[in-house]
Amino acid sequence: MQKIPILGLRDLLLVTVQVDMHDELAMQLLDDLTSKVAQTGAKGVVLDISALEIVDSFIGRMIADIAATSRVLDADTVLVGMQPAVAITLVELGMELKGVHTALDVEAGMDLLQRLREERT
Amino acid sequence: MSTSVTLPVDSNEDVVVVRQETRRWAGRIGLSLVETTKLVTAASELARNTLDYGGGGEVELRLVEREGRKGLSLVFTDEGPGIEDVEQALQEGFTSGNGLGLGLPGARRLVSEFHIESNPGAGTRVEVIRWK
Repeated sequence: MQKIPILGLRDLLLVTVQVDMHDELAMQLLDDLTSKVAQTGAKGVVLDISALEIVDSFIGRMIADIAATSRVLDADTVLVGMQPAVAITLVELGMELKGVHTALDVEAGMDLLQRLREERT
Repeated sequence: MSTSVTLPVDSNEDVVVVRQETRRWAGRIGLSLVETTKLVTAASELARNTLDYGGGGEVELRLVEREGRKGLSLVFTDEGPGIEDVEQALQEGFTSGNGLGLGLPGARRLVSEFHIESNPGAGTRVEVIRWK
């Protein structure tokens, strides 16, 4: 079965979503990511959605769930690379994406996670 | 080239196909990137409703024209339990943002026209149109 790869980068996890996810794949990602955060003790998750042309309410909720679950496991989540058309649509759709930080790209995302961690200690 | 196509909405994979086909047909009438993204997102929401609440159904994509203006119509139908209170489902508090309800107000904002018919025990029919 197709799985979305999760890369370990120091104490962060990097996930790059490159396929149009159907619901089962999205839920599999939430499961896998949560396990990995708990397993590795990662302090941050970078979720790269630059390849996603569509983010509907289901995917939006999954992103919020990833952020909330990671937070419980003491990790922050930053969403990077959102396409402008997707951003416009999400606002129109009324999705708030609570608890999800955003940054322009992976590098900016990693910097943000670093800053957030420093603020906590 | 045909002016309409009917697609099944009976599985998660079907929802992905609905998104892809909606995108393709949006290209046929020359919708902009943002218009296309909004319409495909609305189609994804409604397809998911048809599947999750309607127990499966189908969608008809159709090229339409009114007063010289081109548009794309999507009609989602299912023979599921129907919506108890359509008025309530269309209210703002029931957006998909908080995980409750059917996300209909959100989908409605993404399209030019939105029509819904639903009665308990009689299934649901939702038509959305995006005019160019």
